[in-house]
Amino acid sequence: MIEIENVYKSFGPLKVLKGVNLTVAKGEVLTVIGGSGSGKSTLLTCINGLESIDSGRILVDGVEVHAKATDLNKLRQKIGIVFQQWNAFPHLTVLENVMLAQVKVLKRSKAEAEAEAVKQLNHVGLADKLAVYPSRLSGGQQQRMAIARALAMSPGYMLFDEVTSALDPQLVGEVLDTLRMLASEGMTMICVTHEMKFAREVSDRVAFFHQGVLAEIAPPEQLFAAPKDPELQKFLSATH
Amino acid sequence: MFDTALTVNDLLLLARGAGMTLLVTAISVFFGTILGIVFGVFRYQVGPWWAAPLTFILDIFRSIPLLIQLVLANAFITTVLGFRISGFSVACGVLSLYTAAYCAEIVRGGIEAVPQTLRRAARSLGMTWGQDMTSVVLPLATRVALPSWIGLALGVMKDSALVYIVQVVELLKSTQILITRLQEPLFLLMICGLFYFLISFPIARFGGYLEKRWSND
Repeated sequence: MIEIENVYKSFGPLKVLKGVNLTVAKGEVLTVIGGSGSGKSTLLTCINGLESIDSGRILVDGVEVHAKATDLNKLRQKIGIVFQQWNAFPHLTVLENVMLAQVKVLKRSKAEAEAEAVKQLNHVGLADKLAVYPSRLSGGQQQRMAIARALAMSPGYMLFDEVTSALDPQLVGEVLDTLRMLASEGMTMICVTHEMKFAREVSDRVAFFHQGVLAEIAPPEQLFAAPKDPELQKFLSATH
Repeated sequence: MFDTALTVNDLLLLARGAGMTLLVTAISVFFGTILGIVFGVFRYQVGPWWAAPLTFILDIFRSIPLLIQLVLANAFITTVLGFRISGFSVACGVLSLYTAAYCAEIVRGGIEAVPQTLRRAARSLGMTWGQDMTSVVLPLATRVALPSWIGLALGVMKDSALVYIVQVVELLKSTQILITRLQEPLFLLMICGLFYFLISFPIARFGGYLEKRWSND
């Protein structure tokens, strides 16, 4: 379970999160929507401790992320994150990309790591690209590789930060399909996205952020059909 | 017909000089690179403010002509401090620091060329700072820095000619000895140049080979 309690975060004078409360249960698929600058991406990077917070707290399986005593490197093994930019390690093959952290962080043997990498790459449909360098892959393939790389760490949670925003339109579908597959397998996921159709289809709940505040959260059928928050109404009419 | 007083023994003298040039260069580039990596990572990691004293010292090594550094270091160590130390050691020490000063900048530039987002991705997989550095940052930085580093190594090899000032008989000094004796400057300088080329060329080609091998990614 991920528990976010009254979290504030600012970058200098800019207040990005202003008292966010949110709980994500095991097995839940939460999508987060909102305009740019609404704080939704920052929230994700706070959850795995890549960003510090000013006040409040975030608990992952009861462990406080920003507590001094918390071993962040250890905690991050539980929380996979995939970014808008796919960040393939360009000097490693697809297979090595997915093996690296398994060997270094989880101390798996080369053989174990390779077996797991092959399994995950197979899962995201890249079984025929194992020996290829990332520069030979399309954006969509690189993004799926990044997903496999995160999954290979056997995380309990997956965070997706606008993973289709940097892709050519014709490549968006293959990545969303991968996310749908994960959702159907019961993975706990938080997806920040601009894909409303996707949010409507896969989410258990949809959260709308506006100017650093969680303005509305509801199951998709309710949130999209009968938005209560005036900003959400504006946002939805602008994106449709 | 072409006529020269150069004997096989003279050629051997040149070869020994070339060997000395290679040795001084190898030692200096080896230690200079290690120090350069340490200084470069440090400079990058602590930021310009905290690294300012180090940067200042490295700037001194980069801006004062090597010849002056050698003379001053030699005088300081042997006369002021009174250590009995060979010219060869002084030469290697000064040249190592000189190499390190340049190498630190090359390393820093290489690290800066690795996108922050990649490092974020590595850390988000649970990798520590050290694991990120050794498995992601340094391999990528090496690819960026290699051409400059090869240039530095070749530069140091030629700059090492200046260590004659602390009584190290390397290639150029050997040539000068022969010129004084044989009075055939142009011919001898040609041979000297050929020696320099023979020891530089493999390094340049090795760099080219590495660049090519790494270009698949």
